[in-house]
Amino acid sequence: MSGHHHDHDHTHDNHYTPIEARVKALETLMVEKGYVDPSALDAIVETYETKVGPRNGARIVARAWTDPAYAERLKADGTAAVAEMGYGGRGGEHIVACFNTPEEHNLIVCTLCSCYPWPVLGLPPVWYKSPPYRAKAVIDPRGTLADFGVSLPEGQRIRVWDSTAETRFLVIPMRPAGTEGWSEEKLASIVSRDSMIGTGLPRIEDAVEDAR
Amino acid sequence: MSRLESDLAAALAAGTPIPRDADGPVFAEPWQAQAFALVVALQNRGVFTAEEWAQALGAEIREALAAGGCRDGSDYYERWCEALEHLLIEKGLASHEGVDALAASWARAAEATPHGTPIRLENDPLR
Repeated sequence: MSGHHHDHDHTHDNHYTPIEARVKALETLMVEKGYVDPSALDAIVETYETKVGPRNGARIVARAWTDPAYAERLKADGTAAVAEMGYGGRGGEHIVACFNTPEEHNLIVCTLCSCYPWPVLGLPPVWYKSPPYRAKAVIDPRGTLADFGVSLPEGQRIRVWDSTAETRFLVIPMRPAGTEGWSEEKLASIVSRDSMIGTGLPRIEDAVEDAR
Repeated sequence: MSRLESDLAAALAAGTPIPRDADGPVFAEPWQAQAFALVVALQNRGVFTAEEWAQALGAEIREALAAGGCRDGSDYYERWCEALEHLLIEKGLASHEGVDALAASWARAAEATPHGTPIRLENDPLR
Protein backbone atom coordinates (compact mmCIF):
# COMPACT_ATOMS: atom_id res chain seq x y z
CA MET A 1 0.00 0.00 0.00
CA SER A 2 2.69 2.47 0.93
CA GLY A 3 4.18 2.36 -2.55
CA HIS A 4 0.87 3.34 -4.02
CA HIS A 5 -0.06 6.78 -4.84
CA HIS A 6 -3.78 7.28 -4.93
CA ASP A 7 -4.83 3.69 -4.99
CA HIS A 8 -7.95 2.77 -6.92
CA ASP A 9 -7.63 -0.99 -6.81
CA HIS A 10 -10.05 -1.66 -3.98
CA THR A 11 -13.49 -2.96 -4.58
CA HIS A 12 -14.88 -3.72 -1.16
CA ASP A 13 -13.12 -1.35 1.14
CA ASN A 14 -16.22 0.70 1.69
CA HIS A 15 -18.75 -0.18 4.26
CA TYR A 16 -20.89 1.30 6.94
CA THR A 17 -21.32 -0.41 10.26
CA PRO A 18 -24.99 -1.15 11.06
CA ILE A 19 -25.28 1.88 13.32
CA GLU A 20 -23.61 4.17 10.76
CA ALA A 21 -26.05 2.96 8.10
CA ARG A 22 -28.93 3.55 10.51
CA VAL A 23 -27.87 7.12 11.22
CA LYS A 24 -27.53 7.74 7.48
CA ALA A 25 -31.02 6.27 7.00
CA LEU A 26 -32.62 8.49 9.64
CA GLU A 27 -30.83 11.48 8.23
CA THR A 28 -31.89 10.73 4.63
CA LEU A 29 -35.47 10.25 5.70
CA MET A 30 -35.59 13.62 7.43
CA VAL A 31 -33.78 15.39 4.60
CA GLU A 32 -36.19 13.89 2.04
CA LYS A 33 -39.17 15.04 4.06
CA GLY A 34 -37.68 18.50 4.26
CA TYR A 35 -37.31 18.57 8.05
CA VAL A 36 -33.55 18.87 7.97
CA ASP A 37 -31.15 20.79 5.82
CA PRO A 38 -27.82 18.94 5.43
CA SER A 39 -25.92 22.22 5.76
CA ALA A 40 -27.62 22.85 9.11
CA LEU A 41 -26.34 19.45 10.27
CA ASP A 42 -22.83 20.32 9.13
CA ALA A 43 -22.99 23.58 11.02
CA ILE A 44 -23.94 21.79 14.23
CA VAL A 45 -21.29 19.09 13.82
CA GLU A 46 -18.72 21.78 13.11
CA THR A 47 -19.32 23.20 16.57
CA TYR A 48 -18.05 19.93 17.98
CA GLU A 49 -15.38 19.00 15.51
CA THR A 50 -12.62 19.18 18.10
CA LYS A 51 -14.54 16.96 20.46
CA VAL A 52 -13.12 13.56 19.59
CA GLY A 53 -9.61 13.16 20.92
CA PRO A 54 -8.23 16.27 19.20
CA ARG A 55 -4.90 16.20 20.99
CA ASN A 56 -4.16 12.51 20.48
CA GLY A 57 -2.47 12.99 17.13
CA ALA A 58 -0.39 15.91 18.41
CA ARG A 59 0.96 13.75 21.23
CA ILE A 60 1.94 11.08 18.74
CA VAL A 61 3.79 13.61 16.60
CA ALA A 62 5.56 15.11 19.63
CA ARG A 63 6.65 11.64 20.75
CA ALA A 64 7.96 10.86 17.27
CA TRP A 65 9.95 14.11 17.31
CA THR A 66 11.59 13.40 20.64
CA ASP A 67 11.99 9.63 20.57
CA PRO A 68 13.71 8.29 17.43
CA ALA A 69 12.92 4.69 18.38
CA TYR A 70 9.22 5.57 18.61
CA ALA A 71 9.44 7.34 15.24
CA GLU A 72 10.87 4.16 13.73
CA ARG A 73 8.07 2.06 15.18
CA LEU A 74 5.51 4.57 13.93
CA LYS A 75 7.01 4.39 10.45
CA ALA A 76 7.05 0.60 10.46
CA ASP A 77 3.59 -0.01 11.92
CA GLY A 78 1.43 3.03 12.53
CA THR A 79 -1.48 1.08 13.98
CA ALA A 80 0.68 -0.56 16.66
CA ALA A 81 2.57 2.64 17.51
CA VAL A 82 -0.69 4.55 17.89
CA ALA A 83 -2.11 1.77 20.07
CA GLU A 84 1.04 1.94 22.18
CA MET A 85 0.03 5.50 23.12
CA GLY A 86 -3.40 4.20 24.14
CA TYR A 87 -5.31 5.35 21.07
CA GLY A 88 -7.22 3.42 18.48
CA GLY A 89 -10.54 3.04 16.78
CA ARG A 90 -13.16 0.40 16.97
CA GLY A 91 -10.66 -1.91 15.32
CA GLY A 92 -10.19 -2.93 11.76
CA GLU A 93 -8.71 0.20 10.30
CA HIS A 94 -5.00 0.62 9.86
CA ILE A 95 -3.23 3.85 10.55
CA VAL A 96 -0.32 4.72 8.30
CA ALA A 97 1.96 7.54 9.37
CA CYS A 98 3.25 9.61 6.45
CA PHE A 99 6.42 11.46 7.44
CA ASN A 100 7.07 14.79 5.75
CA THR A 101 10.63 15.25 4.53
CA PRO A 102 12.41 18.16 2.83
CA GLU A 103 11.80 16.31 -0.45
CA GLU A 104 8.18 15.32 0.12
CA HIS A 105 5.12 16.82 1.76
CA ASN A 106 2.10 14.60 2.46
CA LEU A 107 -1.55 15.54 2.10
CA ILE A 108 -4.50 13.38 3.06
CA VAL A 109 -7.94 13.30 1.52
CA CYS A 110 -10.81 10.91 1.15
CA THR A 111 -12.26 11.17 -2.32
CA LEU A 112 -14.96 8.65 -1.47
CA CYS A 113 -16.62 10.17 1.54
CA SER A 114 -14.90 11.34 4.66
CA CYS A 115 -12.69 8.50 5.87
CA TYR A 116 -10.51 10.16 8.43
CA PRO A 117 -8.15 9.02 11.17
CA TRP A 118 -10.64 10.13 13.84
CA PRO A 119 -9.12 8.18 16.74
CA VAL A 120 -6.13 10.48 16.44
CA LEU A 121 -7.55 13.59 14.80
CA GLY A 122 -11.12 13.78 16.02
CA LEU A 123 -14.11 14.62 13.86
CA PRO A 124 -13.26 15.62 10.32
CA PRO A 125 -13.58 19.34 9.66
CA VAL A 126 -16.47 20.26 7.39
CA TRP A 127 -14.13 21.36 4.57
CA TYR A 128 -12.50 17.91 4.58
CA LYS A 129 -15.86 16.39 3.68
CA SER A 130 -16.65 19.00 1.04
CA PRO A 131 -16.61 17.98 -2.64
CA PRO A 132 -14.32 20.90 -3.65
CA TYR A 133 -11.58 19.83 -1.25
CA ARG A 134 -11.94 16.16 -2.17
CA ALA A 135 -11.63 16.91 -5.87
CA LYS A 136 -9.02 19.65 -5.76
CA ALA A 137 -6.65 17.91 -3.36
CA VAL A 138 -6.13 15.21 -5.96
CA ILE A 139 -6.08 17.36 -9.09
CA ASP A 140 -4.20 20.38 -7.75
CA PRO A 141 -2.57 19.71 -4.40
CA ARG A 142 -0.30 22.76 -4.58
CA GLY A 143 -3.29 25.00 -5.29
CA THR A 144 -5.14 23.34 -2.41
CA LEU A 145 -2.29 24.16 -0.06
CA ALA A 146 -2.28 27.75 -1.34
CA ASP A 147 -5.99 27.93 -0.40
CA PHE A 148 -4.88 27.15 3.13
CA GLY A 149 -2.13 29.77 2.96
CA VAL A 150 0.64 27.19 2.75
CA SER A 151 3.38 27.49 0.15
CA LEU A 152 6.10 24.89 -0.02
CA PRO A 153 9.57 25.18 -1.53
CA GLU A 154 9.51 24.53 -5.31
CA GLY A 155 11.49 21.34 -5.02
CA GLN A 156 9.31 19.69 -2.38
CA ARG A 157 6.96 17.16 -3.95
CA ILE A 158 3.42 16.74 -2.68
CA ARG A 159 2.14 13.23 -2.23
CA VAL A 160 -1.60 12.78 -1.89
CA TRP A 161 -2.95 9.86 0.14
CA ASP A 162 -6.52 8.80 -0.50
CA SER A 163 -7.98 7.32 2.69
CA THR A 164 -10.13 4.22 2.70
CA ALA A 165 -12.39 2.57 5.22
CA GLU A 166 -9.50 0.27 6.06
CA THR A 167 -6.51 2.57 5.89
CA ARG A 168 -6.33 5.99 7.45
CA PHE A 169 -3.34 8.24 7.05
CA LEU A 170 -1.76 10.60 9.53
CA VAL A 171 0.76 13.19 8.39
CA ILE A 172 3.82 13.57 10.61
CA PRO A 173 5.05 17.10 9.97
CA MET A 174 8.74 18.00 10.24
CA ARG A 175 9.89 19.38 13.55
CA PRO A 176 10.46 23.12 13.08
CA ALA A 177 13.86 24.63 13.76
CA GLY A 178 14.01 26.57 17.00
CA THR A 179 12.26 23.93 19.08
CA GLU A 180 15.39 22.30 20.47
CA GLY A 181 15.06 21.29 24.09
CA TRP A 182 11.28 21.73 24.18
CA SER A 183 9.20 19.33 26.29
CA GLU A 184 6.86 16.89 24.55
CA GLU A 185 3.91 18.83 25.93
CA LYS A 186 5.13 22.10 24.46
CA LEU A 187 5.94 20.45 21.16
CA ALA A 188 2.45 18.93 21.00
CA SER A 189 0.95 22.40 21.39
CA ILE A 190 2.28 23.51 18.00
CA VAL A 191 1.02 20.43 16.13
CA SER A 192 -2.25 21.66 14.68
CA ARG A 193 -4.91 19.39 13.28
CA ASP A 194 -4.32 20.82 9.82
CA SER A 195 -0.60 20.04 10.04
CA MET A 196 -1.55 16.37 10.51
CA ILE A 197 -3.86 16.47 7.49
CA GLY A 198 -1.15 18.18 5.49
CA THR A 199 -3.05 21.41 4.88
CA GLY A 200 -0.97 23.25 7.46
CA LEU A 201 2.47 23.35 9.05
CA PRO A 202 3.39 23.54 12.74
CA ARG A 203 4.10 27.12 13.76
CA ILE A 204 6.40 27.79 16.65
CA GLU A 205 4.54 30.98 17.50
CA ASP A 206 1.55 28.78 18.50
CA ALA A 207 3.53 27.24 21.34
CA VAL A 208 1.92 27.03 24.74
CA GLU A 209 4.21 26.57 27.74
CA ASP A 210 3.61 23.46 29.82
CA ALA A 211 0.24 23.73 31.46
CA ARG A 212 1.43 21.92 34.57
CA MET B 1 -24.44 27.88 19.61
CA SER B 2 -28.05 29.03 19.18
CA ARG B 3 -30.35 29.42 22.14
CA LEU B 4 -32.25 26.29 21.19
CA GLU B 5 -29.07 24.28 21.06
CA SER B 6 -27.92 25.45 24.47
CA ASP B 7 -31.39 24.68 25.78
CA LEU B 8 -31.12 21.21 24.39
CA ALA B 9 -27.69 20.75 25.90
CA ALA B 10 -29.01 21.92 29.27
CA ALA B 11 -32.03 19.64 29.11
CA LEU B 12 -29.85 16.71 28.19
CA ALA B 13 -27.37 17.41 30.94
CA ALA B 14 -30.15 17.66 33.49
CA GLY B 15 -32.02 14.51 32.61
CA THR B 16 -29.52 12.11 31.11
CA PRO B 17 -25.85 11.25 31.53
CA ILE B 18 -24.68 12.63 28.18
CA PRO B 19 -20.95 12.03 27.65
CA ARG B 20 -19.50 15.52 28.04
CA ASP B 21 -16.64 17.64 29.22
CA ALA B 22 -16.65 21.20 30.57
CA ASP B 23 -17.50 22.63 27.13
CA GLY B 24 -20.31 20.29 26.19
CA PRO B 25 -20.94 16.93 24.56
CA VAL B 26 -18.06 14.72 23.48
CA PHE B 27 -18.21 11.92 20.95
CA ALA B 28 -16.35 8.66 20.67
CA GLU B 29 -17.00 8.25 16.95
CA PRO B 30 -18.12 10.58 14.16
CA TRP B 31 -21.54 8.96 13.64
CA GLN B 32 -22.40 9.92 17.20
CA ALA B 33 -21.88 13.59 16.40
CA GLN B 34 -24.01 13.13 13.28
CA ALA B 35 -26.81 11.57 15.34
CA PHE B 36 -26.50 14.33 17.92
CA ALA B 37 -26.69 17.02 15.23
CA LEU B 38 -29.75 15.39 13.68
CA VAL B 39 -31.67 15.60 16.95
CA VAL B 40 -30.60 19.21 17.53
CA ALA B 41 -31.65 20.16 13.99
CA LEU B 42 -35.04 18.42 14.26
CA GLN B 43 -35.66 20.15 17.54
CA ASN B 44 -34.65 23.51 16.10
CA ARG B 45 -37.20 22.93 13.35
CA GLY B 46 -39.91 22.13 15.88
CA VAL B 47 -40.35 18.50 14.78
CA PHE B 48 -40.32 17.63 18.47
CA THR B 49 -39.74 19.55 21.69
CA ALA B 50 -36.89 19.29 24.19
CA GLU B 51 -39.36 17.80 26.62
CA GLU B 52 -40.47 15.11 24.19
CA TRP B 53 -36.88 14.28 23.36
CA ALA B 54 -35.79 14.05 26.97
CA GLN B 55 -38.67 11.68 27.64
CA ALA B 56 -37.98 9.52 24.61
CA LEU B 57 -34.28 9.21 25.42
CA GLY B 58 -34.88 8.73 29.13
CA ALA B 59 -37.32 5.90 28.42
CA GLU B 60 -34.86 4.20 26.10
CA ILE B 61 -32.04 4.41 28.62
CA ARG B 62 -34.18 3.17 31.51
CA GLU B 63 -35.33 0.25 29.38
CA ALA B 64 -31.75 -0.63 28.43
CA LEU B 65 -30.62 -0.46 32.06
CA ALA B 66 -33.55 -2.63 33.17
CA ALA B 67 -32.53 -5.18 30.53
CA GLY B 68 -29.01 -5.21 31.95
CA GLY B 69 -27.47 -2.89 29.34
CA CYS B 70 -24.23 -0.97 29.67
CA ARG B 71 -24.01 0.95 32.91
CA ASP B 72 -20.88 2.81 31.92
CA GLY B 73 -22.76 4.86 29.32
CA SER B 74 -20.69 3.52 26.43
CA ASP B 75 -23.83 2.60 24.51
CA TYR B 76 -25.37 6.02 25.05
CA TYR B 77 -25.55 6.95 21.39
CA GLU B 78 -26.98 3.57 20.36
CA ARG B 79 -29.85 4.34 22.75
CA TRP B 80 -29.95 7.86 21.32
CA CYS B 81 -30.54 6.49 17.81
CA GLU B 82 -33.25 4.11 19.03
CA ALA B 83 -34.98 6.94 20.87
CA LEU B 84 -34.91 9.05 17.72
CA GLU B 85 -36.31 6.27 15.59
CA HIS B 86 -39.09 5.52 18.07
CA LEU B 87 -40.00 9.17 18.43
CA LEU B 88 -40.21 9.61 14.66
CA ILE B 89 -42.38 6.50 14.39
CA GLU B 90 -44.63 7.81 17.15
CA LYS B 91 -44.99 11.07 15.23
CA GLY B 92 -45.93 9.19 12.09
CA LEU B 93 -42.81 10.41 10.28
CA ALA B 94 -41.07 7.05 9.91
CA SER B 95 -41.67 3.32 10.09
CA HIS B 96 -39.42 0.56 11.33
CA GLU B 97 -39.53 -1.12 7.96
CA GLY B 98 -38.78 2.13 6.20
CA VAL B 99 -35.69 2.81 8.31
CA ASP B 100 -34.54 -0.80 7.97
CA ALA B 101 -34.88 -0.68 4.20
CA LEU B 102 -33.07 2.63 3.92
CA ALA B 103 -30.25 1.50 6.22
CA ALA B 104 -29.83 -1.68 4.15
CA SER B 105 -29.78 0.43 1.02
CA TRP B 106 -27.02 2.68 2.41
CA ALA B 107 -24.99 -0.38 3.42
CA ARG B 108 -25.27 -1.82 -0.12
CA ALA B 109 -24.53 1.55 -1.67
CA ALA B 110 -21.32 1.83 0.36
CA GLU B 111 -20.18 -1.65 -0.68
CA ALA B 112 -20.92 -0.94 -4.32
CA THR B 113 -19.09 2.38 -4.46
CA PRO B 114 -15.57 2.19 -5.83
CA HIS B 115 -12.97 4.23 -4.06
CA GLY B 116 -12.44 7.61 -5.64
CA THR B 117 -16.12 8.46 -5.94
CA PRO B 118 -18.58 9.57 -3.28
CA ILE B 119 -20.95 7.11 -1.64
CA ARG B 120 -24.44 7.96 -2.86
CA LEU B 121 -27.69 6.22 -2.13
CA GLU B 122 -28.22 5.79 -5.89
CA ASN B 123 -25.19 3.49 -5.91
CA ASP B 124 -27.27 0.80 -4.21
CA PRO B 125 -27.59 -1.82 -6.97
CA LEU B 126 -31.02 -2.90 -5.70
CA ARG B 127 -32.45 0.57 -5.62
